Amino acid sequence: MLRPRVLTGTHFMHGDFAAAEGGLAAGCNFFAGYPITPATEVAERMASRLPEVGGIYIQMEDELGSMAAILGASCAGIKSMTSTSGPGFSLMMENIGLGAMMEVPTVVVNIQRGGPSTGLPTLVGQQDMMQARWGSHGDYPIIAYTPASPQECFDLAIEAFNAAEKFRTPVLLMADEIVGHMTEKVIIPEEEEIQVVERKHPKGKPIDYIPYQADEDLIPPMAIAGEGYKVRMTGLTHDEKGRPAINAEAQGPLLKRLLDKVNTHASEIVKYEEMDTEDADVIVISYGITSRCARRAVELARKEGIKAGMFRLITAWPFPEDEVRKLAEGAKGVIVPEINYGQMVTEAERVVCGRAPVKGVTYVPGTLPDPTATLHAIKEVAK
Amino acid sequence: MNKEVEEEKRHPIEDYLRSDMLPHIWCPGCGLGIVLKAYVKALEKAEVPMDNRVVVSGIGCSGRAAGYLNQDSYHTTHGRPIAFATGMKLGNPDLNVTVISGDGDLFAIGGNHFIHAARRNIDMNVICVNNFNYGMTGGQSGPTTPTDSKTVTTPYGNFEHPFNLPHLAASSGAVYVARWTTLDARRLRDSITEALKKRGFTFIEVVSPCPVGYGRPNRIGEGIEEMRLYRETWDLREDNWIIKEDANPSDAEIELHKKILVGVFCDIERPTFMDMYMQMEPIKEKRLKHMVRDERKVRE
Repeated sequence: MLRPRVLTGTHFMHGDFAAAEGGLAAGCNFFAGYPITPATEVAERMASRLPEVGGIYIQMEDELGSMAAILGASCAGIKSMTSTSGPGFSLMMENIGLGAMMEVPTVVVNIQRGGPSTGLPTLVGQQDMMQARWGSHGDYPIIAYTPASPQECFDLAIEAFNAAEKFRTPVLLMADEIVGHMTEKVIIPEEEEIQVVERKHPKGKPIDYIPYQADEDLIPPMAIAGEGYKVRMTGLTHDEKGRPAINAEAQGPLLKRLLDKVNTHASEIVKYEEMDTEDADVIVISYGITSRCARRAVELARKEGIKAGMFRLITAWPFPEDEVRKLAEGAKGVIVPEINYGQMVTEAERVVCGRAPVKGVTYVPGTLPDPTATLHAIKEVAK
Repeated sequence: MNKEVEEEKRHPIEDYLRSDMLPHIWCPGCGLGIVLKAYVKALEKAEVPMDNRVVVSGIGCSGRAAGYLNQDSYHTTHGRPIAFATGMKLGNPDLNVTVISGDGDLFAIGGNHFIHAARRNIDMNVICVNNFNYGMTGGQSGPTTPTDSKTVTTPYGNFEHPFNLPHLAASSGAVYVARWTTLDARRLRDSITEALKKRGFTFIEVVSPCPVGYGRPNRIGEGIEEMRLYRETWDLREDNWIIKEDANPSDAEIELHKKILVGVFCDIERPTFMDMYMQMEPIKEKRLKHMVRDERKVRE
């Protein structure tokens, strides 16, 4: 018996598997990947599941090829996805840039492990958060989700596909080794209840098609190969017709539109969760597995009479700037625990901009984050 | 001007090119125009439906080929056109996907993708325009630069061994392997026609002059002189079209000022990636292609 595309029901499911199931539920029909710990299980799940639903799984020769292949599949009209971790994520940066420049929807799952380099293949890290934002060269827009549970691996994989399709850009699902390797309850809804977004298709005749002529929302409709539109795409700076234009006159408007395409829709994309922030003096900003220990730290602080609150990033990029700024106003301090030596904390500092002291809490990559260090930081700030 | 005169003034292959991109950026004497023309003529001869024609290229002078062709065209990153084309072909098996790119793009930075796409027998055509150097960046040596040749990065002569591309392609699993020079314009066209019709991973190497990057430092001269060199010092075998059966790709080494072997080296049958994928148990039940495409239509 072949399993259906959407596994409606309540499961006890692995985070990596849940990310794969989310992709399938969003309509993913193509996966190209390369084995890497701790993301291999996403690929393994896809190798088992895609043939069941009539999709294609291919194990590529490396992550450079995997990323290129998923862009190619998307240009052929098939929703596509890959998964990787640190070293592979570095290799994918090349064609994440191509995807951003050619405006190709696709989803990259990064189950973060400790780095740099080969680092800690089997252990947790949150050290790719800035690479997620800036890792490919040049200025480009990016959307990145940070799931904190297998349930969110599923839910946010769907969100990631929807955002990719809507905004025509690669979207990242930035999980971490603990969330990826955690097995928890995952509820998969009925297929009809899952909202799936499809990219805009050109409405006019093929002859009138201008590949990069954007609508008012700054997103150009996307024609796919094989439909007679004579699609012209290049990674070079190009004009609306997709013609290479190696000059500042073309670069200016193109990059402005690419960046604005996401920035002007930030309020629609940004997702976060708040707990006890209404009256909070101390705000703990966290994401992924670290948010689960931050939640505990905030609870413990409250028990001790400290007005702490938690702000959990569900999108790391775009960063919820307005919300964080508002919370920082009048707060005694902002704490940012993360499993790295200070990444999202620098973004928090930039956004808070002196409204309150911002303090990072470093959890050494490879350790299961313990609420104690965050609680300690909360107490320090609350003094 | 009346319509007939206008019609007369049109170049016979104008419909296949994006005239808004002309003039092209290629140097006088470059062989790329010949390859481009051979490809479009072959599309016609092979009767590939217009809407199914896809060209993918990488970076470099040859990489610009995609942009000039009036069909679905994708100018990707350096070394990655084959990987991109793999996704494209598997995403829509109806497409006739051709990669046109250079020797540096396909065999230095992209070498890994080449051997693996050949091994998997992905149904695509790869046309490698081999000019023995990195032309776009100003004539550096590369993986195909013949030993002892001078380039700007081998000022004392190239001290490395070059790849023998037909040998590499054949041993990696390509089902059709040929080499021509731009002097063999018609044979090249016919060979591309065969490749377009052939199911599986086909490879055609086109030895092409680069008067600026390769001709000048090696005192070969203009493009036409380089082509003359193919004919005279790199003696083309008269029977090169019929060496299909017996030419051993391992004999196809290119050495400076020695004969260059051309022809079809390999033309075999082997199941493609998709043929084998479709044999998988779950897929047999699911009829992949229709399912994927129908689903897309339904969701639209």
